[in-house]
Amino acid sequence: MPIPESLAPHFKQPLLKTPFHERARALAQVESFIPWAGYTTVDVFTTAEQEYFAIRNATSLYDLTPMVKYRIAGPDAVAYLNRLVTRDIAKLGPNRVAYCVWCNDNGHLIDDGTVFRLGESEYRLCTAERQINWLLDSAIGFDVTIEEATAQIASLAVQGPTSCAVLKAAGLHGVEKLKPFDIGYFQLAAVPVTVSRTGFTGDLGYELWMDPAAAEAVWDALMLAGRSRGIRAIGSQALNIARIEAGFISPHVDFISAEQTIRTGRDRSPLELGLGWLLNFDKGHFTGRRALLAERQAGPRRQLVGLDIAGNKPAHNALVYTEHSGKREIGNVTSAVWSPTCKRNIALAMVASPHFALGSTVWVDIYLNRELVWERRMSRARVVERAFFAPARRSATPPADF
Amino acid sequence: MAGEETGAGFDVVVIGGGHNGLVCANYLARSGRSVLVLEANARLGGAAVTREFAPGYQVSAGAHLLHLMPSEMIGALKLESHGLAWAGTHLPTTALIEAREPLAIALVLASGVSAADAAAYALYTTRMRRYAAALAPLFASVPPRLGTNAWSDRLALLRLGLQIRRLGRTDMRELLRIGGMNVYDLLEENFQSPQLKGALAFDAVLGTNFGPRSPGTVLTLLYRLAAESAAGAAGLAQLRGGLGSLCEALASAANAAGATLRTSAPVARILVAADRASGVVLESGEQIRARTVISSADPKTTLLKLLGARHLDTGFVRRVGHIRTRGLAAKLHLALSRAPQFTGVSAQQSAGRLLIAPSMQYIEHAYNHAKYGEFSEQPVMEITVPTIGDSSLAPAGHHVLSAIVQYAPYALKAGWDAARPQFTERAVAMLERHAPGIRESIVGAELLTPVDMEREFRIEGGHWHHGELAFDQFLMVRPVPGAAQHRTPLAGLYLCGAGCHPGGGVMGIAGRNAAQQVLKQVT
Repeated sequence: MPIPESLAPHFKQPLLKTPFHERARALAQVESFIPWAGYTTVDVFTTAEQEYFAIRNATSLYDLTPMVKYRIAGPDAVAYLNRLVTRDIAKLGPNRVAYCVWCNDNGHLIDDGTVFRLGESEYRLCTAERQINWLLDSAIGFDVTIEEATAQIASLAVQGPTSCAVLKAAGLHGVEKLKPFDIGYFQLAAVPVTVSRTGFTGDLGYELWMDPAAAEAVWDALMLAGRSRGIRAIGSQALNIARIEAGFISPHVDFISAEQTIRTGRDRSPLELGLGWLLNFDKGHFTGRRALLAERQAGPRRQLVGLDIAGNKPAHNALVYTEHSGKREIGNVTSAVWSPTCKRNIALAMVASPHFALGSTVWVDIYLNRELVWERRMSRARVVERAFFAPARRSATPPADF
Repeated sequence: MAGEETGAGFDVVVIGGGHNGLVCANYLARSGRSVLVLEANARLGGAAVTREFAPGYQVSAGAHLLHLMPSEMIGALKLESHGLAWAGTHLPTTALIEAREPLAIALVLASGVSAADAAAYALYTTRMRRYAAALAPLFASVPPRLGTNAWSDRLALLRLGLQIRRLGRTDMRELLRIGGMNVYDLLEENFQSPQLKGALAFDAVLGTNFGPRSPGTVLTLLYRLAAESAAGAAGLAQLRGGLGSLCEALASAANAAGATLRTSAPVARILVAADRASGVVLESGEQIRARTVISSADPKTTLLKLLGARHLDTGFVRRVGHIRTRGLAAKLHLALSRAPQFTGVSAQQSAGRLLIAPSMQYIEHAYNHAKYGEFSEQPVMEITVPTIGDSSLAPAGHHVLSAIVQYAPYALKAGWDAARPQFTERAVAMLERHAPGIRESIVGAELLTPVDMEREFRIEGGHWHHGELAFDQFLMVRPVPGAAQHRTPLAGLYLCGAGCHPGGGVMGIAGRNAAQQVLKQVT
């Protein structure tokens, strides 16, 4: 008798499958899968543009099960998290979520993620990558337990202007009352589902958390409820366009975890990444606090900013200069895309002081491959707010019905 | 958290009244600071204490020889006018060898070895002394930091480089060649006599988690020699009243300088206000305010227990947690009804230091046990009979034997409660082979294992250097990067114990350097 695939030794299935895998595979018309945190996930189902418009014009369904989840509980859970992350977790109410970053001793970013408060002293930390090492080392001296729960929780992002309507149609009565960063508990397809009003698209949207055994039933119920509201499964490429429009940063793209950099000077601090608003220096000590205080005093040497670039060719990997002549290099583009909604050529770029000031003019050189002939175009760009697209519906409560 | 607060507070509170804490208090009080020393035990001295271990018999509970404390420090603090008295200086070292004449190891001549070895020994000691002298300045001040742009750090590194360069091309090359070697290979290159090699290798592994074949043991040997060279003056010495009299003299001097000394005052916590050390809370609940807190406790105790990880960064806590602090030297104290007679050892020799380390293989085999969580079947020992020079330690005609016995690993598989009598028996059996009849004269005995030292002296792991002396825990990485200049990441909290550069042994330099660092920072 052949061994069932799920029991095959790990080296025979180097990438795990999420509980949504069979449903996703059935829709993955171009067979474009990519690895993410040990799982195989869909990069593109049909075309990235088509999927992107489901995020902005209807409802998108995105499998985020591979996102790493840690359960943090115990009498010192708050004290522990407050020492770990830069925000004041003591202020986080029950059934609320906070976007957080955490740093090493030098005040350089290890990762960003979200902290869910699920109970009196029970929290969940969601991160892009595994970092149990850092979390356990941070637990020295604290009465707290930390367990990885990634495989025990299936999760789906339901994002887009009609997402609230889809959820209501699926039977989530009262979901419209959730304010941004609220958590609620519902029944969907006769199974309990935890819903948070969070997301990575900068749009109206929710994230659903459930038992993996119920995953397919939830997927099917949502697809059914959303049929008349344009629901569509999306892959990572479409999500990436949306997150750049929202100005959100991505690990390995806009920053590299300070625990992973090898070259000196490649780490980035929250101040450099424009996340100074996440720093709470008054809550007591947290890792990196002393270094960040000193950095704040000296002023950041560079900052991640938004660029509004002339023309319509995305400035992938472009260097940033002070002048058209390209004599003085002052930074580089980390993420770039043509924004289909804003109809602007946008990018995130790390730019040296003082050129990161809003309204500054800088120049980027864009390389274009025109039928195997490379052309270089020096384009003018303006430093702008990073949130290129921030619709009011993102935070409207209750959201509009469709 | 209630607890009454005493007085208006002090400029400086020193946690721990061992020799480093007292030295530090002396220098600070002499500079006009108001200083309070808090000792957990009923007597000052920490592990440098003389105490009764059997009715009428006193012994130095920890180290039993003074040879590393700089003579200029003893002079500057006027310790001799505060009661410090020598029971013997320039004491000889003698290697005990079964069924043979013992080997006297002097500075220039090793008697009882071949002419070739004697000649090699003369060359070897002169060369090692030159290297030690070149490294000695390292003990004078705080080590420079790496990776900074500060000129003081660059200058200090430059000075060290110059000092080594000034040895001349041949010597410098030789120093750099042997610096990373193990002492086994070095001595094999130089000598034939197994007994001589064993005795010389002993100093490289005394109080460390090393055998002669362990990497870096030449460095630990050079380090010891350099510390002796920096200390100068009295050589190996015994104090009248045991080593505890050093701390009594230090306490008296500190008192005279205006410092307040309190015993039976264990500190429970270091207080923090506005991200700065602001005082301490005693186990009794009493709060004491201070602008600066200096701890002579080991770094793990100070930073992880008294301060707490929550006031420190994760990476720093991780480094502190990784300091190797497991002791493996036990201390054997015997009360004897008559003077021990070591075979072939002269009266002059028996007043000094006697070694049982008959060959490097013997030491390595003793160490093998420690690697696997066992005590040595045949231990190596450093023996002194302090009552020969100082009869006040025992009833008339009676004697006290004090021996460092290795290897007695902290984390003994069998547990020390069960193993203590067995290891005592191994040590006594070994003594009996070199001093026949000693067993019948024993009227009292005590074995202090690392576990006992941890309990009695509150040293995490019972390591009397407060952390292994090894290449990766020396200098600017002692105790850990980020605290090597006595400052901790928390403003107002300093370290002054043996866990700092230049480390353990009764040196007092860490205490003095910490005081200087505090005086530089706080005005």
